[in-house]
Amino acid sequence: MTRANAAGSLSPDIPYVPAGSRRIILAYLTLAMVALALGGLVGPFQALNSIGVNLYDYLPVTSYYHGLTLHGVLLVLVWTTFFIAGFLSLVTIHGFQRPLSSRGLERLAFWSMTLGLLVAAVPILLNRATVLFTAYPPLRAHPAFYIGLALVVIGTWLLSANVFLTYRDWRRENPGKRTPLIAFGAMVTLAMWDLASLGIAVEFVALLIPWSLGLVEGTNVLLARSLFWFTGHPIVYFWLLPTYLSWYFMMPKQVGGKLFSESLARLAFLLFIPMSLPVGFHHQYTDPGVPTSWKLVHAFFTFVVFFPSALTMFTVLASLETGGRARGGKGAVGWFFRLPWKDPSVTAQLLAMILFALGGISGLINASYNLNLSVHNTLWVVGHFHLTVGTAVTLSFMGITYWLIPYLTGRALYSPGMARLQAWLWFIGMALMGRGQHWLGILDAPRRTMLSDAPYYAAEWLTPSYLVAAGGIVLTVSGFLYLLNMALTAWASRVPAQVEVPMAEPLQDEAAMPVALDRLRPWVVGSAILTAAAWVPMLWYMTVAHPWTIRGFTMW
Amino acid sequence: MTVVLAVFLGAVVYAAYGMGIQVPTDAGQVSPDQLASAPPFNEPGVKDLGGGFYQVVMLASAFQFEPGEITVPAGSDVEFVLTSRDVIHGFRVPGTTINAMVMPGQVTRILYHFDEPGEYTFMCHEYCGTGHHVMSGRIVVTAQ
Repeated sequence: MTRANAAGSLSPDIPYVPAGSRRIILAYLTLAMVALALGGLVGPFQALNSIGVNLYDYLPVTSYYHGLTLHGVLLVLVWTTFFIAGFLSLVTIHGFQRPLSSRGLERLAFWSMTLGLLVAAVPILLNRATVLFTAYPPLRAHPAFYIGLALVVIGTWLLSANVFLTYRDWRRENPGKRTPLIAFGAMVTLAMWDLASLGIAVEFVALLIPWSLGLVEGTNVLLARSLFWFTGHPIVYFWLLPTYLSWYFMMPKQVGGKLFSESLARLAFLLFIPMSLPVGFHHQYTDPGVPTSWKLVHAFFTFVVFFPSALTMFTVLASLETGGRARGGKGAVGWFFRLPWKDPSVTAQLLAMILFALGGISGLINASYNLNLSVHNTLWVVGHFHLTVGTAVTLSFMGITYWLIPYLTGRALYSPGMARLQAWLWFIGMALMGRGQHWLGILDAPRRTMLSDAPYYAAEWLTPSYLVAAGGIVLTVSGFLYLLNMALTAWASRVPAQVEVPMAEPLQDEAAMPVALDRLRPWVVGSAILTAAAWVPMLWYMTVAHPWTIRGFTMW
Repeated sequence: MTVVLAVFLGAVVYAAYGMGIQVPTDAGQVSPDQLASAPPFNEPGVKDLGGGFYQVVMLASAFQFEPGEITVPAGSDVEFVLTSRDVIHGFRVPGTTINAMVMPGQVTRILYHFDEPGEYTFMCHEYCGTGHHVMSGRIVVTAQ
């Protein structure tokens, strides 16, 4: 199939995807990459700051913390969410083999998210919202910051409504059929997110927007913070589930293997809906105002998340193994080296998995209640999420775009060699930086702190800081190569793309798979009940018993 | 695997309830507007309660702790009671298990036993504004 004509202009012919949808998906991905570029640009300045090299005068930001806000908001909120919106749109359309149910809703979702992004970007860029991406009150940003981010969340709800309507249309025409795997992955992700995002929606709409507009004088700080973490933990599964979607349902095909077990895969996905939600207080172990009993309950549920994570580790590895063996790999580990490491999409995602194992283990320390006292708010936590969202998720998303952008534009990836190099550099850079940050955390270096000017900077922090700085520079090179390759693919590639959406087949047809593994409603209802039990009593207590009189401050 | 997790959880619970390495709990609320008249926050500082017990009442605000320097003898049991005058701050004493958030409207209470004489630096470890990185102080544990 030739998708680029001789003049190089686009004439893509992508099955099931209308031209308008293709443009919207590309727009989502482009905005994601712009966010990655701008947010990533601040990274090396932070990394160098930790060894006392302060180059902020050369960056058009007002302060270290202004740059840090840009870094966090653009990378963890914008890059992830916009990539996911584009990716899940395509996955839904391709999975159900039909356009999204409503063109109007599709456009409305896109414009809600994009308008929200622009509205929030203005105060952030103008240093009127230097509250970091966690936006804890009573630090008070310009109202446009909260309104813009609320619009982004509403956009994700509109997208998710469209996906479920598309499922309804498909189901009507395909009674009794099993939901296609990739579409199932998209629906689980969005169902979980719809439940999870209620926390931040209530925090912004009911508390912070009226407060920042001056309609009420004070707010309830701990209630807002708890609502933030109601969403703040499951949001990592909003980033991870699309990653898992690729690892489970796409990569086996890319490595020439099969999905090891369809029912295990579906079970793991579904378990993440209940298990992502009743755990948020593990971010608040050191908070006053929350009884230890509730913290311990959330610690317990956090440990339970280990089960679907272990199912994932097992199923994904077993699926990859079928591919490695089909390619002639032998022995207990030999198959791993026989995987198609020449394919940059595969390389990026395999390397992402390796660092994810380390990030997952450091997460176990964070989750461990009182053990958390030794690392809370130190650079250890920063190391943890640079290996998880910064590598497992981000490097996988990059790997996905290595086939997705050629697929959508009809142009072959400009340089597969540059893409492989980029993936390895990201892996090396993150390994160095992650090691340095975990080490600094054990040495009690605080996170989110302009260490170059800290009077308490300890001499022993310098060596691990060099690892952070070196890693940061390698990552900058890698990020640049990634964006360069993407730009060259879009504008300079003259070779028609030969790619398809990779869709893995199960190893065996599981005719007897329990029907509950293809139903969302019982899982969502059960999760809602469990979530209510784990949250509502404490949120209610904070609402009625904690002060609503805390005034806002601009401390920057 | 279940066994490993059970052992981990068991160790955590034992450390909390058997060894007393506990995370902060709900220690009450106090309005930041009434600190001048709300005991114990109307008198920040170190109080000798007798019998080796000390109470440290501390107020966090951008970008300082009051008191910024504390002296207690080795072997003393110290109860820290903290709150914030403005935004959320952190209170971390490296080398100890003291690690807590300090919030306006909330009372943070921490117990710690200082064994050996020595010096500890403590710092704010939650972003509180442009001067966040200078917000720190010192604990001196003197020989008895």
